[in-house]
Amino acid sequence: MKTYLPPKFLVERDQDKCIKCEVCVNQCSFDNHYYDAEDDEMKTRTEGCVGCHRCVTFCPTGALTVRRNPLEYRDNYNWRPEYIEDIIKQAETGGVLLTGMGNDKGQRIYWDHLVLNASQVTNPSIDPLREPMELTTYLGRKPDRVELDTDLNLQTELAPQVKLEVPVMFAAMSYGAVSLNVHESLARAATEAGTLWNTGEGGLHPKLYKYGNNTIVQVASGRFGVHPEYLEVARVVEIKIGQGAKPGIGGHLPGEKVSAEVSATRMIPQGTDALSPAPQHDIYSIEDLAQLVYALKEATHYTKPVSVKIAAVHNSAAIASGMVRAGADIIVLDGLRGATGAAPKVIRDNVGIPIELALASVDTRLRQEGIRNRASIVVSGGIRNSGDVAKAIALGADAVYIGTAALIALGCRLCQQCHTGKCAWGICTTDLFLSKRVNPDIGARRLANLLRGWSLELKDMLGGMGINALESLRGNRLHLRGVGLTETELKILGVKMAGE
Amino acid sequence: MKELERIQNPYNDDKAIDACSIFGAMDTSGKRFSGKGVIRAIANMHDRGNGLGGGFAIYGLYPEYADLYAFHIMYLSQKGKEDVEAFLKEKFRLTHAEEVPTQPTPKITNPPLVWRYFLEVGPQKPEEEADDDYVVERVMEINTKFPDAFVFSSGKDMGVFKGVGYPEEIAEYFCLEQYEGYLWTAHGRFPTNTPGWWGGAHPFCILDWTVVHNGEISSYGINRRYLEQFGYHCTMQTDTEVVAYAVDLLMRKHNLPIEIVAKILASPLWSDIQRLPQREQTLMRTLRQVYGSLLLNGPFTVIIAHHGEMIGLTDRIRLRPLTVGAKGSMLYLSSEESAIRLICPDLDEAWIPAGGEPVVGSLKAPLKTPVAAKEMVSHVD
Ligand code: SF4
Ligand code: SF4
Repeated sequence: MKTYLPPKFLVERDQDKCIKCEVCVNQCSFDNHYYDAEDDEMKTRTEGCVGCHRCVTFCPTGALTVRRNPLEYRDNYNWRPEYIEDIIKQAETGGVLLTGMGNDKGQRIYWDHLVLNASQVTNPSIDPLREPMELTTYLGRKPDRVELDTDLNLQTELAPQVKLEVPVMFAAMSYGAVSLNVHESLARAATEAGTLWNTGEGGLHPKLYKYGNNTIVQVASGRFGVHPEYLEVARVVEIKIGQGAKPGIGGHLPGEKVSAEVSATRMIPQGTDALSPAPQHDIYSIEDLAQLVYALKEATHYTKPVSVKIAAVHNSAAIASGMVRAGADIIVLDGLRGATGAAPKVIRDNVGIPIELALASVDTRLRQEGIRNRASIVVSGGIRNSGDVAKAIALGADAVYIGTAALIALGCRLCQQCHTGKCAWGICTTDLFLSKRVNPDIGARRLANLLRGWSLELKDMLGGMGINALESLRGNRLHLRGVGLTETELKILGVKMAGE
Repeated sequence: MKELERIQNPYNDDKAIDACSIFGAMDTSGKRFSGKGVIRAIANMHDRGNGLGGGFAIYGLYPEYADLYAFHIMYLSQKGKEDVEAFLKEKFRLTHAEEVPTQPTPKITNPPLVWRYFLEVGPQKPEEEADDDYVVERVMEINTKFPDAFVFSSGKDMGVFKGVGYPEEIAEYFCLEQYEGYLWTAHGRFPTNTPGWWGGAHPFCILDWTVVHNGEISSYGINRRYLEQFGYHCTMQTDTEVVAYAVDLLMRKHNLPIEIVAKILASPLWSDIQRLPQREQTLMRTLRQVYGSLLLNGPFTVIIAHHGEMIGLTDRIRLRPLTVGAKGSMLYLSSEESAIRLICPDLDEAWIPAGGEPVVGSLKAPLKTPVAAKEMVSHVD
């Protein structure tokens, strides 16, 4: 069938600059560049370009430009190009539209409507270059009080705690969805920065066991790669109930991505589709969750916190309260903008709620119920910079996960082709030719640099507010103000309007 | 329902912000002394206040009623007084009541009526409840439900005198030179966003806990939310109130000694904790992990007192001043050293404690100069 789909991008080559080295041919995993021997000229099939900038970045002479196709539709606010093109695609394929990465729609991003405070006159700001500034965070269940005997000996023994030097962790991305080199980069960067990375639901390659102390291992509905040693090497075990990009939906790793190594790590036959059921079939209710939480605690001899991750949905506050009561030591909320390796587009863009609102209401509810100390809160889904991190902490988060931001540090340009397995940056693929594009030495460096930059910025912001420890910002919503928000939004966020 | 917040914080700021002078004097041998010196000392720091609040707490004040709860209550109307007195009679056994003596003082205008009551907790209290908890609840009830009344203090054998004016004027008004106590704290206030209100002056008191405070606590938002989980409601919206409730929670309810409480309110740095010997390291780490939300962050100096103890504490990087002086069994704490020297020129020792390092005067460990003072001097940085 002839496709009616117009090209998204135009790739232009300055023939004066081009030296015909064919780097672009090798770099474009979508086969858009080729050498035409007859004309002795480099040429481009523009219709397949996804805008990943791989060729532009690696062209040694800067001969390439990628532009949005200026194709103009007649203005129609309802029938915007995206919706027209989606219909064209479905008319041609008859299938569910799949996509990668996170929701790219215009729902309100509350981070952009929150501003932070700084000290002036009545208290001094603190200069992080000259004064200590503490970001150390411990995740895990805390009791309501500490008991001492008369000789000041500690009588309270805490549940397992995990120390983070910076309150930013790498979010779950499974081996299979991303390459082993990406896993190694994340693991090494987390180890260097004193934080944690998350295996996602596809198991942990034995080569990475040595980073176990900085590793969160996931137990998801497919139970891929879950075995005693996997639980044993980890620092934290995370039960994945849901994911912000596709709440209520399972996962599907196509057989082509299940290479020999992936198959061994996931413990499934090579080349078979890895299907994660939508629910965990042993969890149909909160008491079932409690059983799995305690099964995992038993299996790990109560030495590791057990985390439970859900997608932020309408009743998050009530669900989170149940999770804490079911024994979760850490609860993870993944918001509307959480990303994915593959999800139905309609789910990604329409299901779930903004993480800022979910976080605020969960933190408030747990405090109202007097159980906030019993679990740490981690949020994820669209955290873009240290400003977002500071705001999340002030709303009540103990730490955040970053997934997309970490991949951008590795080269990702958000071309949303993760589900195709053709990622030109070698991130979201198991193709060996492509995945070697992520060099773990360089990848780990770039990721650790990112965390270092954010830490320095967080310290600057803390110092500006006149506080020198992160725990004094955590849940301290008086350091936030809203801009351009309605009364109801302010109420849910628990912040005042700027100027108030 | 009275809206204390409205009175205390009419512009609905995050909290009342103030700067201040603070002073404390304690005879650690328990001998009572007159307030003359303390009044002179706090008056010497006149310029640190702006006349919108001054106050004193005195311990060992009412030996003749030592076993009874002494309530100092201010009234804005006769009706308020009648209502509260009826309430007190209903909830307590009232042993004695009298107006707090005052004298006309030119600078003190429009003073409220201040009375004191000596109360015993009687059979009205539910059996399973502790006396102290019962008293706290009744104080909260008066403060929030009776529009024209406010409880200045509610401890045994102690009392708070405070109001709108410079501290020396308040002292004159309440004739404080005539009283004796073994422990005095004093405060001169410089509020930036709250009008003078008699109830809003320091010391802040609950039971026999008093706090005088200089500073702004930038962690107020989370301190308050943490305390709310334990049933404390910060109706006054001041930093000082947070300190008082935190101390009440930690010392009275969680049974922690003051040295430990100081390590929660001004916790050691993680990097310092890491260098401690194993046992202390675990203790300090646990305290910070559990009570991190009570870390008081931002510039502050507080003098916290209750029967038998006076504690001076600054924030961990000492952004507000505190000087300590010792002479014989006397311990002095002050915003400025000059105020101490004024009333005790021949101090055995004077020093500035390190940030977050508590200075504790205790009847249980009276100072014996010069030995004890020398020991304490080892803290000098
Ligand atoms: S898909 Fe990427 S590599 Fe290929 S032409 Fe487009 S921008 Fe270049
Ligand atoms: S990478 Fe650049 S210079 Fe090399 S062939 Fe392609 S366009 Fe020409």
